[in-house]
Amino acid sequence: MTQKMTENTIDITVNGAHRPVTVESTLLELVADLTGKNLVASGDPADGSRLGVAAAVDGTVIPRGGWAAHELLPGQTVDIVTAVQGG
Amino acid sequence: MTFNTADTAAPAASDSLVIDGDALTSRLIMGTGGATSLTSLEEALIASGTELTTVAIRRYDAQSRDSVFAMLDRLGIRALPNTAGCYTARDAVLTAQLAREALGTSWIKLEVIADEDTLLPDPVELFTAAEQLVLDGFTVFAYTNDDPALAKRLEDAGVAVVMPAGSPIGSGLGILNPHNIATIIERAGVPIVLDAGIGTASDAALAMELGCDAVLLASAVTRAHDAGAMARAMRLAVDAGRMARAAGRIPKRSLAQASSSFDGMVTRRPSEADL
Repeated sequence: MTQKMTENTIDITVNGAHRPVTVESTLLELVADLTGKNLVASGDPADGSRLGVAAAVDGTVIPRGGWAAHELLPGQTVDIVTAVQGG
Repeated sequence: MTFNTADTAAPAASDSLVIDGDALTSRLIMGTGGATSLTSLEEALIASGTELTTVAIRRYDAQSRDSVFAMLDRLGIRALPNTAGCYTARDAVLTAQLAREALGTSWIKLEVIADEDTLLPDPVELFTAAEQLVLDGFTVFAYTNDDPALAKRLEDAGVAVVMPAGSPIGSGLGILNPHNIATIIERAGVPIVLDAGIGTASDAALAMELGCDAVLLASAVTRAHDAGAMARAMRLAVDAGRMARAAGRIPKRSLAQASSSFDGMVTRRPSEADL
Protein backbone atom coordinates (compact mmCIF):
# COMPACT_ATOMS: atom_id res chain seq x y z
CA MET A 1 0.00 0.00 0.00
CA THR A 2 1.54 3.26 -1.07
CA GLN A 3 -1.16 5.63 0.14
CA LYS A 4 -0.24 7.08 3.48
CA MET A 5 -3.16 7.10 5.85
CA THR A 6 -3.66 10.06 8.09
CA GLU A 7 -5.96 10.55 11.02
CA ASN A 8 -8.53 12.08 8.73
CA THR A 9 -8.65 9.43 6.04
CA ILE A 10 -9.49 5.77 5.73
CA ASP A 11 -8.31 3.39 3.04
CA ILE A 12 -10.82 1.57 0.86
CA THR A 13 -10.63 -0.24 -2.47
CA VAL A 14 -12.44 1.42 -5.36
CA ASN A 15 -12.65 -0.44 -8.68
CA GLY A 16 -9.67 -2.56 -7.74
CA ALA A 17 -7.37 0.25 -6.58
CA HIS A 18 -6.63 1.48 -3.10
CA ARG A 19 -8.03 4.91 -2.45
CA PRO A 20 -7.95 7.07 0.66
CA VAL A 21 -11.22 8.82 1.48
CA THR A 22 -12.10 11.23 4.23
CA VAL A 23 -13.45 9.74 7.43
CA GLU A 24 -17.26 9.70 7.47
CA SER A 25 -17.48 10.31 3.75
CA THR A 26 -20.42 8.68 1.95
CA LEU A 27 -20.87 6.57 -1.14
CA LEU A 28 -22.65 9.54 -2.72
CA GLU A 29 -19.55 11.69 -2.30
CA LEU A 30 -17.34 8.96 -3.73
CA VAL A 31 -19.52 8.49 -6.82
CA ALA A 32 -19.71 12.26 -7.34
CA ASP A 33 -15.93 12.51 -7.05
CA LEU A 34 -15.31 9.64 -9.48
CA THR A 35 -17.79 10.75 -12.12
CA GLY A 36 -17.18 14.48 -11.77
CA LYS A 37 -20.93 15.02 -11.51
CA ASN A 38 -22.77 17.16 -9.01
CA LEU A 39 -25.23 14.74 -7.41
CA VAL A 40 -28.27 15.51 -5.30
CA ALA A 41 -29.28 13.41 -2.30
CA SER A 42 -31.33 11.02 -4.46
CA GLY A 43 -28.12 10.03 -6.25
CA ASP A 44 -29.23 11.66 -9.50
CA PRO A 45 -27.23 14.39 -11.28
CA ALA A 46 -28.21 17.91 -10.30
CA ASP A 47 -28.48 18.81 -14.01
CA GLY A 48 -31.37 16.39 -14.53
CA SER A 49 -29.42 14.01 -16.76
CA ARG A 50 -29.21 10.24 -16.22
CA LEU A 51 -26.08 9.09 -14.43
CA GLY A 52 -26.05 5.54 -15.77
CA VAL A 53 -23.91 4.34 -12.88
CA ALA A 54 -24.37 1.68 -10.21
CA ALA A 55 -22.40 0.93 -7.05
CA ALA A 56 -21.79 -2.17 -4.98
CA VAL A 57 -20.11 -2.32 -1.58
CA ASP A 58 -18.53 -5.66 -0.66
CA GLY A 59 -20.55 -7.38 -3.41
CA THR A 60 -23.94 -5.92 -2.50
CA VAL A 61 -25.63 -3.41 -4.78
CA ILE A 62 -26.52 -0.16 -3.01
CA PRO A 63 -29.45 1.59 -4.77
CA ARG A 64 -28.59 5.17 -5.61
CA GLY A 65 -31.23 6.47 -3.22
CA GLY A 66 -29.20 4.95 -0.41
CA TRP A 67 -25.81 6.39 -1.39
CA ALA A 68 -26.15 9.54 0.72
CA ALA A 69 -26.78 7.55 3.89
CA HIS A 70 -24.10 4.96 3.21
CA GLU A 71 -20.96 5.83 5.14
CA LEU A 72 -17.75 4.23 3.85
CA LEU A 73 -15.80 2.10 6.32
CA PRO A 74 -12.10 1.15 6.36
CA GLY A 75 -11.23 -1.85 4.20
CA GLN A 76 -14.45 -1.88 2.22
CA THR A 77 -14.41 -2.84 -1.45
CA VAL A 78 -16.46 -0.58 -3.68
CA ASP A 79 -17.27 -1.23 -7.33
CA ILE A 80 -18.71 1.57 -9.41
CA VAL A 81 -19.82 0.54 -12.88
CA THR A 82 -21.40 1.88 -16.03
CA ALA A 83 -22.40 0.72 -19.51
CA VAL A 84 -19.65 0.33 -22.08
CA GLN A 85 -19.45 -1.08 -25.59
CA GLY A 86 -19.83 -4.84 -25.62
CA GLY A 87 -21.90 -7.84 -26.54
CA MET B 1 -49.36 -9.79 -43.15
CA THR B 2 -48.60 -7.00 -45.60
CA PHE B 3 -45.33 -5.46 -46.57
CA ASN B 4 -44.29 -2.24 -48.22
CA THR B 5 -42.52 -2.51 -51.52
CA ALA B 6 -39.69 -0.10 -50.76
CA ASP B 7 -36.48 -1.99 -50.10
CA THR B 8 -35.96 -0.39 -46.71
CA ALA B 9 -39.46 -1.23 -45.59
CA ALA B 10 -39.88 -2.87 -42.25
CA PRO B 11 -42.67 -5.40 -41.87
CA ALA B 12 -46.00 -3.90 -40.87
CA ALA B 13 -46.50 -2.76 -37.29
CA SER B 14 -48.72 -5.76 -36.62
CA ASP B 15 -45.63 -7.92 -37.11
CA SER B 16 -43.91 -6.46 -34.07
CA LEU B 17 -41.87 -8.63 -31.77
CA VAL B 18 -43.46 -8.34 -28.33
CA ILE B 19 -41.25 -8.95 -25.32
CA ASP B 20 -42.58 -8.47 -21.81
CA GLY B 21 -45.43 -6.37 -23.24
CA ASP B 22 -43.15 -4.05 -25.23
CA ALA B 23 -43.31 -4.10 -29.02
CA LEU B 24 -40.21 -3.92 -31.19
CA THR B 25 -40.69 -3.18 -34.87
CA SER B 26 -37.12 -4.08 -35.79
CA ARG B 27 -36.16 -7.71 -35.43
CA LEU B 28 -32.46 -6.92 -35.58
CA ILE B 29 -30.92 -6.61 -32.13
CA MET B 30 -27.46 -5.10 -32.28
CA GLY B 31 -24.40 -5.41 -30.10
CA THR B 32 -21.90 -2.62 -29.59
CA GLY B 33 -18.73 -4.67 -29.17
CA GLY B 34 -15.92 -4.51 -31.69
CA ALA B 35 -16.57 -1.03 -33.05
CA THR B 36 -13.44 1.01 -33.62
CA SER B 37 -15.08 4.29 -32.67
CA LEU B 38 -18.34 5.62 -31.28
CA THR B 39 -18.81 7.52 -34.54
CA SER B 40 -18.70 4.42 -36.74
CA LEU B 41 -20.85 2.58 -34.20
CA GLU B 42 -23.47 5.30 -34.32
CA GLU B 43 -23.55 5.21 -38.11
CA ALA B 44 -23.97 1.42 -38.05
CA LEU B 45 -26.71 1.48 -35.44
CA ILE B 46 -28.70 4.02 -37.40
CA ALA B 47 -28.27 2.06 -40.65
CA SER B 48 -29.36 -1.16 -38.93
CA GLY B 49 -32.68 0.30 -37.85
CA THR B 50 -32.31 -1.46 -34.51
CA GLU B 51 -34.43 -0.54 -31.52
CA LEU B 52 -32.59 -2.67 -28.96
CA THR B 53 -28.83 -2.82 -28.49
CA THR B 54 -26.61 -4.58 -26.00
CA VAL B 55 -24.06 -2.94 -23.74
CA ALA B 56 -21.60 -4.43 -21.26
CA ILE B 57 -21.24 -3.40 -17.63
CA ARG B 58 -17.74 -2.45 -16.56
CA ARG B 59 -15.95 -0.46 -13.89
CA TYR B 60 -16.23 3.27 -14.33
CA ASP B 61 -13.13 5.07 -15.53
CA ALA B 62 -12.38 8.50 -16.94
CA GLN B 63 -13.13 7.33 -20.49
CA SER B 64 -16.59 6.28 -19.36
CA ARG B 65 -17.65 9.90 -19.57
CA ASP B 66 -18.11 9.56 -23.35
CA SER B 67 -20.49 6.75 -22.80
CA VAL B 68 -22.21 4.45 -25.23
CA PHE B 69 -25.19 4.70 -22.90
CA ALA B 70 -25.54 8.43 -23.57
CA MET B 71 -25.33 7.74 -27.31
CA LEU B 72 -28.08 5.12 -27.22
CA ASP B 73 -30.21 7.51 -25.17
CA ARG B 74 -29.71 10.20 -27.81
CA LEU B 75 -30.57 7.81 -30.67
CA GLY B 76 -33.69 6.58 -28.87
CA ILE B 77 -32.38 3.00 -28.85
CA ARG B 78 -33.21 0.88 -25.83
CA ALA B 79 -30.15 -0.50 -24.04
CA LEU B 80 -30.03 -4.20 -23.28
CA PRO B 81 -27.31 -4.70 -20.66
CA ASN B 82 -25.49 -8.00 -20.69
CA THR B 83 -23.41 -10.07 -18.31
CA ALA B 84 -20.62 -10.62 -20.83
CA GLY B 85 -17.39 -11.85 -19.28
CA CYS B 86 -19.03 -13.65 -16.35
CA TYR B 87 -17.99 -17.25 -15.69
CA THR B 88 -20.21 -17.96 -12.69
CA ALA B 89 -23.86 -17.56 -11.81
CA ARG B 90 -22.82 -15.46 -8.81
CA ASP B 91 -20.95 -12.92 -10.94
CA ALA B 92 -23.71 -12.86 -13.53
CA VAL B 93 -26.39 -12.14 -10.94
CA LEU B 94 -24.36 -9.32 -9.37
CA THR B 95 -23.65 -7.84 -12.80
CA ALA B 96 -27.34 -8.01 -13.68
CA GLN B 97 -28.28 -6.28 -10.46
CA LEU B 98 -25.72 -3.53 -11.12
CA ALA B 99 -27.03 -3.17 -14.68
CA ARG B 100 -30.61 -2.79 -13.45
CA GLU B 101 -29.55 -0.09 -11.03
CA ALA B 102 -27.28 1.73 -13.50
CA LEU B 103 -29.58 1.70 -16.52
CA GLY B 104 -33.01 1.52 -14.93
CA THR B 105 -34.08 -1.60 -16.82
CA SER B 106 -34.91 -5.11 -15.63
CA TRP B 107 -34.09 -6.50 -19.09
CA ILE B 108 -30.85 -8.46 -19.03
CA LYS B 109 -29.00 -10.50 -21.61
CA LEU B 110 -27.70 -13.35 -19.50
CA GLU B 111 -24.35 -14.61 -20.70
CA VAL B 112 -22.28 -17.00 -18.60
CA ILE B 113 -19.34 -18.37 -20.51
CA ALA B 114 -17.41 -21.58 -19.93
CA ASP B 115 -14.01 -20.61 -21.29
CA GLU B 116 -12.44 -17.82 -23.25
CA ASP B 117 -11.42 -19.90 -26.27
CA THR B 118 -14.94 -20.87 -27.30
CA LEU B 119 -16.94 -18.28 -25.32
CA LEU B 120 -19.66 -20.94 -25.33
CA PRO B 121 -22.19 -20.80 -22.50
CA ASP B 122 -21.65 -22.86 -19.35
CA PRO B 123 -25.03 -24.64 -19.18
CA VAL B 124 -24.98 -25.28 -15.42
CA GLU B 125 -24.03 -21.76 -14.38
CA LEU B 126 -26.35 -20.31 -17.02
CA PHE B 127 -29.35 -22.24 -15.74
CA THR B 128 -28.59 -21.44 -12.10
CA ALA B 129 -28.29 -17.73 -12.88
CA ALA B 130 -31.47 -17.78 -14.99
CA GLU B 131 -33.48 -19.23 -12.12
CA GLN B 132 -32.17 -16.64 -9.67
CA LEU B 133 -32.71 -13.69 -12.00
CA VAL B 134 -36.27 -14.75 -12.86
CA LEU B 135 -37.04 -14.98 -9.13
CA ASP B 136 -35.50 -11.51 -8.70
CA GLY B 137 -37.93 -10.05 -11.25
CA PHE B 138 -35.64 -9.74 -14.27
CA THR B 139 -36.76 -10.13 -17.87
CA VAL B 140 -34.09 -12.61 -18.91
CA PHE B 141 -32.72 -12.94 -22.45
CA ALA B 142 -30.75 -16.17 -22.09
CA TYR B 143 -27.78 -16.64 -24.40
CA THR B 144 -27.46 -20.41 -24.69
CA ASN B 145 -26.07 -23.29 -26.69
CA ASP B 146 -28.05 -24.60 -29.65
CA ASP B 147 -29.30 -27.40 -27.39
CA PRO B 148 -33.07 -27.97 -27.64
CA ALA B 149 -33.20 -29.61 -24.21
CA LEU B 150 -31.48 -26.72 -22.45
CA ALA B 151 -33.57 -24.19 -24.38
CA LYS B 152 -36.72 -25.86 -23.07
CA ARG B 153 -35.40 -25.95 -19.51
CA LEU B 154 -34.61 -22.23 -19.67
CA GLU B 155 -38.11 -21.50 -20.93
CA ASP B 156 -39.59 -23.59 -18.13
CA ALA B 157 -37.45 -21.62 -15.66
CA GLY B 158 -39.22 -18.47 -16.82
CA VAL B 159 -36.82 -16.67 -19.12
CA ALA B 160 -38.50 -14.24 -21.52
CA VAL B 161 -36.34 -14.95 -24.56
CA VAL B 162 -34.12 -17.90 -25.48
CA MET B 163 -31.10 -16.96 -27.60
CA PRO B 164 -29.24 -19.94 -29.04
CA ALA B 165 -25.81 -19.45 -30.59
CA GLY B 166 -25.47 -20.17 -34.30
CA SER B 167 -21.73 -20.68 -33.75
CA PRO B 168 -19.13 -19.23 -31.37
CA ILE B 169 -19.22 -15.49 -30.66
CA GLY B 170 -17.31 -13.49 -33.24
CA SER B 171 -16.49 -16.56 -35.34
CA GLY B 172 -18.60 -15.59 -38.34
CA LEU B 173 -19.22 -19.30 -38.97
CA GLY B 174 -22.96 -18.76 -39.35
CA ILE B 175 -25.50 -21.35 -38.23
CA LEU B 176 -23.64 -24.63 -37.80
CA ASN B 177 -26.65 -26.71 -36.76
CA PRO B 178 -29.79 -25.36 -38.44
CA HIS B 179 -31.64 -28.53 -37.47
CA ASN B 180 -31.15 -27.82 -33.76
CA ILE B 181 -32.26 -24.21 -34.20
CA ALA B 182 -35.38 -25.41 -36.04
CA THR B 183 -36.11 -27.91 -33.28
CA ILE B 184 -35.76 -25.21 -30.61
CA ILE B 185 -38.19 -23.02 -32.54
CA GLU B 186 -40.75 -25.79 -33.07
CA ARG B 187 -40.99 -26.47 -29.36
CA ALA B 188 -40.71 -22.89 -28.07
CA GLY B 189 -43.37 -20.89 -26.29
CA VAL B 190 -41.16 -17.79 -25.97
CA PRO B 191 -39.37 -15.75 -28.64
CA ILE B 192 -36.22 -17.34 -30.05
CA VAL B 193 -33.39 -15.02 -31.07
CA LEU B 194 -30.40 -16.31 -33.01
CA ASP B 195 -27.43 -14.87 -31.15
CA ALA B 196 -23.77 -15.18 -32.07
CA GLY B 197 -21.89 -16.51 -35.06
CA ILE B 198 -23.53 -14.47 -37.81
CA GLY B 199 -20.93 -13.70 -40.47
CA THR B 200 -22.82 -12.15 -43.31
CA ALA B 201 -26.30 -11.28 -44.54
CA SER B 202 -27.23 -14.78 -45.72
CA ASP B 203 -26.67 -16.11 -42.19
CA ALA B 204 -29.14 -13.59 -40.78
CA ALA B 205 -31.66 -14.40 -43.53
CA LEU B 206 -31.32 -18.12 -42.81
CA ALA B 207 -31.99 -17.55 -39.11
CA MET B 208 -35.23 -15.79 -39.95
CA GLU B 209 -36.19 -18.38 -42.60
CA LEU B 210 -35.76 -21.07 -39.96
CA GLY B 211 -38.34 -19.17 -37.91
CA CYS B 212 -36.28 -17.20 -35.43
CA ASP B 213 -38.13 -14.19 -34.03
CA ALA B 214 -35.06 -11.95 -34.27
CA VAL B 215 -31.32 -11.94 -34.80
CA LEU B 216 -28.68 -10.49 -32.47
CA LEU B 217 -25.31 -9.65 -33.96
CA ALA B 218 -22.37 -7.34 -33.40
CA SER B 219 -19.00 -8.37 -34.86
CA ALA B 220 -20.43 -9.10 -38.31
CA VAL B 221 -21.25 -5.41 -38.56
CA THR B 222 -18.77 -3.64 -36.30
CA ARG B 223 -15.77 -5.52 -37.71
CA ALA B 224 -16.91 -5.42 -41.35
CA HIS B 225 -14.85 -3.32 -43.75
CA ASP B 226 -17.81 -0.96 -44.12
CA ALA B 227 -19.85 -1.25 -40.94
CA GLY B 228 -22.64 1.05 -42.12
CA ALA B 229 -23.17 -0.85 -45.36
CA MET B 230 -23.13 -4.21 -43.58
CA ALA B 231 -25.63 -2.92 -41.01
CA ARG B 232 -27.99 -2.04 -43.83
CA ALA B 233 -27.42 -5.44 -45.46
CA MET B 234 -28.30 -7.16 -42.19
CA ARG B 235 -31.44 -5.10 -41.82
CA LEU B 236 -32.59 -6.12 -45.29
CA ALA B 237 -31.59 -9.75 -44.71
CA VAL B 238 -33.61 -9.98 -41.51
CA ASP B 239 -36.64 -8.49 -43.24
CA ALA B 240 -36.17 -10.72 -46.30
CA GLY B 241 -35.82 -13.85 -44.19
CA ARG B 242 -38.87 -12.94 -42.16
CA MET B 243 -40.92 -12.37 -45.32
CA ALA B 244 -39.70 -15.61 -46.89
CA ARG B 245 -40.62 -17.55 -43.77
CA ALA B 246 -44.13 -16.08 -43.79
CA ALA B 247 -44.49 -16.62 -47.55
CA GLY B 248 -43.90 -20.35 -47.23
CA ARG B 249 -41.00 -21.77 -49.19
CA ILE B 250 -41.36 -24.59 -51.71
CA PRO B 251 -40.49 -28.07 -50.50
CA LYS B 252 -37.05 -29.40 -51.39
CA ARG B 253 -37.08 -32.16 -54.04
CA SER B 254 -34.41 -34.59 -55.09
CA LEU B 255 -35.08 -34.05 -58.82
CA ALA B 256 -36.05 -31.13 -61.01
CA GLN B 257 -39.63 -30.02 -61.52
CA ALA B 258 -40.13 -28.17 -64.81
CA SER B 259 -41.63 -24.75 -64.56
CA SER B 260 -42.53 -24.75 -68.28
CA SER B 261 -45.05 -27.18 -69.68
CA PHE B 262 -43.80 -29.81 -72.19
CA ASP B 263 -47.18 -29.72 -74.01
CA GLY B 264 -46.99 -28.39 -77.58
CA MET B 265 -43.24 -28.85 -77.92
CA VAL B 266 -42.00 -28.93 -81.53
CA THR B 267 -39.23 -31.35 -80.57
CA ARG B 268 -39.55 -34.76 -78.98
CA ARG B 269 -38.16 -35.89 -75.65
CA PRO B 270 -34.97 -38.00 -75.86
CA SER B 271 -36.94 -41.08 -74.76
CA GLU B 272 -39.27 -40.72 -77.76
CA ALA B 273 -36.55 -40.03 -80.31
CA ASP B 274 -35.81 -42.56 -83.13
CA LEU B 275 -32.28 -43.71 -82.53
